[in-house]
Amino acid sequence: MDGTRRNFLKTAATAAGAAATPGLAQAQSDGQVQGNAHQTVPSDLTLRVKSLESLLVEKGLVDRAALDALVDTFENKVGPRNGARVVAKAWVDPTYKQRLLADPDRAIAELGYGGQQGEHMIVVENTPAVHNMIVCTLCSCYPWPVLGLPPVWYKSAPYRSRSVIDPRGVLREFGLELSDDVEVRVWDSTAELRYLVLPERPAGTEGLSEDALAELVTRDAMVGVAKVLPSKQGAKG
Amino acid sequence: MNGVHDMGGMQDFGPIRPERNEPVFHARWEGRMQAIWSALGTWGKWNLDFSRQTREFLPPAVYLALNYHQLRYAQVVELLAGSSLATRAEIETGRPAKGTQKAAPPLTAAKVPAWFANGNPKRRDVAVAPTFKAGQRVRARNINPATHTRLPRYARGKFGIVEQDHGVFVFPDTNAQGLGEKPQHVYSVRFAARELWGEQAKPRDNVVVALWDDYLEPA
Repeated sequence: MDGTRRNFLKTAATAAGAAATPGLAQAQSDGQVQGNAHQTVPSDLTLRVKSLESLLVEKGLVDRAALDALVDTFENKVGPRNGARVVAKAWVDPTYKQRLLADPDRAIAELGYGGQQGEHMIVVENTPAVHNMIVCTLCSCYPWPVLGLPPVWYKSAPYRSRSVIDPRGVLREFGLELSDDVEVRVWDSTAELRYLVLPERPAGTEGLSEDALAELVTRDAMVGVAKVLPSKQGAKG
Repeated sequence: MNGVHDMGGMQDFGPIRPERNEPVFHARWEGRMQAIWSALGTWGKWNLDFSRQTREFLPPAVYLALNYHQLRYAQVVELLAGSSLATRAEIETGRPAKGTQKAAPPLTAAKVPAWFANGNPKRRDVAVAPTFKAGQRVRARNINPATHTRLPRYARGKFGIVEQDHGVFVFPDTNAQGLGEKPQHVYSVRFAARELWGEQAKPRDNVVVALWDDYLEPA
C-alpha cells in the first residue's frame, strides 16, 4: 500500500472514528472493545447514514424500495428458524441427515434455503465424542440463509480472538462445561465455506414431532456454543 | 496484512456478553447500512476480497473502536470514493455534485429475492489440479503480505493434516489486488490445538482452518 492510499483511508476513517468516539469511550469503560458498543451509538451516525442514503438514491445508485426489501430479508426471511428446521429434519430422517452431511448445499435447498453467504455450506455433526464450534477470526463470516445475520457477540473481538486459543473458556462463558474426553473442534471460517453445527438430539425427545423439535433448536446450538436442551424452558438465544 | 482484524489467539478483549433476545438490528440506521452495502455491491465495482481489504486497511485504532455497522459505514465511504461512484464532497454534503446524471440502480426491489437466492458463489468450475490430498501432512506457509490474505497469523508455520478438499475457489490474495481470481483448491486443514498454542491447550482439541493451495507446503 502506498502512502497516498494510507492517507486517503485515514481521512475517511477519521470521520467514522470521530462519529464513534462516544462508543469507544463506553467500550473502554466496559473493559471491552468492539463488543456491545452499539448501545451507545452516537446520533451522528443516524444522520450520516440518512444523508448517505438520500445521496445514493438521488444519484440513482440505490433504489429505496430495494433497501426496504433487503432490510425485510435480513429481519424476516432469514434467521435461526431456518437452521432449526434443517436440524430437526436431520434428527427425524436419517436419509436426510446423510444427504445433509454429504451434500449440504443441496440438502438445505430441499427445504427452500440458500443464497448469499450460504453458497458453500459445511455441516459438522456434534457427537458424544466431538463438540464443534464455529468462528470467523478474520471478520464475521456466518451462514446467513440458515442462521440470519450474526449476533453482536459473534462479531465481537472477545469471541473472534479467544475461540481458537481458549474454546473451552469461551464455552464456559456460555454455560457449557465439557469434559477433557470430548474433542473440541473449532472451525475458523477463513474461506468461503460457511458452517452449520448439527447439534446432538437431546435425550427424552423421542416422542416429539419435527416441528416440536425445531422449536428446541437454538441459534447458539447451531454455532456450537450451546447444546440443545430437552425442553423449551432452558432454550435461549 | 498483519492487521488487528486478524484476531485469532489474541487475549484480554474481555468477556463475551451475549444479549438475550437480540434484535437483528439495534437501530434503523444499522439495517439501512447493511442494505446499502448489499445494494452497492451489485454495481460490480469491487469484489468481496477488495471490499474486505478496504475494511482491513482502516487504521487499527479506528477498526477496534467501531462496532460492526460503524465499520461498514467507514468501509462503504472508502469503497464509494475509491470507485468514483460518489465523491467525498458528495458524501459530506449528502448531495450529488452539480450536473450529475441520475443512474439506474441495478438492484430493484423486485430483484432482491433472486439476488439473495442466487448468492455470490466463489467456487469455480475450472480444471485445476490439487496439490494436496486428504490425509496428507502439510505446513501453512510463513507468509506476511502487506495486503489482504485469509491465512490467519496463528496458523502460519504450523503443521496440520488435510482433512478434505472442497474444490476450486477464487484466491483472495490476488483477487483483492485486482490480479485475477487465480482459482485453486481449498482444503479443510486440521491443526492440533497443541501445535498452535502449546501445552496449555487440551490434547484432544483441534482447530480446522480452510486454506487455499498457495497457503500450504508439503511437510
